[in-house]
Amino acid sequence: MRYEARIEVSHRPGVLDPQGATVERALPALGYEHVRDVRIGKCIRLELDAPDRAAARAAVESMCERLLVNPVIEAYEIELTELAPAS
Amino acid sequence: MGARVAVIVFPGTNCELDVAEALEGLGGSPELVFHTETDLHGADAVVIPGGFAHGDYLRTGALARFSPVMTAITAHAAAGGALVGICNGFQILTEAGLLPGALQKNAGLKFLCRTVACRVETSRSALTGHASPGELLALPINHFEGAFRCDDATLAQLRADDRVVLRYVDNPNGSLDSIAGVSNESGNVVGLMPHPERASHALLGSTDGLVLLESLLDVRVRARV
Repeated sequence: MRYEARIEVSHRPGVLDPQGATVERALPALGYEHVRDVRIGKCIRLELDAPDRAAARAAVESMCERLLVNPVIEAYEIELTELAPAS
Repeated sequence: MGARVAVIVFPGTNCELDVAEALEGLGGSPELVFHTETDLHGADAVVIPGGFAHGDYLRTGALARFSPVMTAITAHAAAGGALVGICNGFQILTEAGLLPGALQKNAGLKFLCRTVACRVETSRSALTGHASPGELLALPINHFEGAFRCDDATLAQLRADDRVVLRYVDNPNGSLDSIAGVSNESGNVVGLMPHPERASHALLGSTDGLVLLESLLDVRVRARV
């Protein structure tokens, strides 16, 4: 099966996010006064082939731990979607 | 012949000639070693200079550890060999797991390029064997991602083991505990954000980096760590 993985990489809780803090200070200047807790991370999107969903998730988790994410300062969440086979 | 120092060059490294010139001025024998090489030509010490290895893609330093030369560098460090990462070199050493912590974007999101006062915190590292704790050095910093981070347990360990090598006197980038440089447990692997090679001649405005590079070149210092 082919899967699409979207990996949302964010700062670990408690780690300073200077970009988020700067944007949070900028939004009220445009009239958005009620914005709180802005965080800026990144999104990594990839496709992979795997026998099933569990295997796909395990492979993506391994990629995150070994390369895509720095666990000292970053956290991540994986969203997996099964792609329709090519017709 | 002075100490032989392998100065590692990744695609995007840009401080290698400055480091080599500074080491040569002190009687060392630097040799540029490209990242595709698999041995260090019998070097006594290794420096990973600053720059933007592999374009800083993904994260600063994240991709450099896949370069062939890193296997030889890891073996050199494991055998007790002196290894110093400057600026981007420090980022590479943390990403490669040879030093604890990580370097994050500066607080205030400013690229910082100026000379700052740093305090030597220990003389037990390969880079500070000739310096005295408490000694103040004027060293240039030149980075966007220089805010040192680690978890509380790691910080406590670094302090307890005397592994904080340098601290900023006036923290410019939001580094945890004002940390500018750290070492591994035995002190042979050191990473720092300031550039000692840019403080190696009166014409550059400071010669305070010399005491650090001299330490690295001294076989007695290297034998101690």
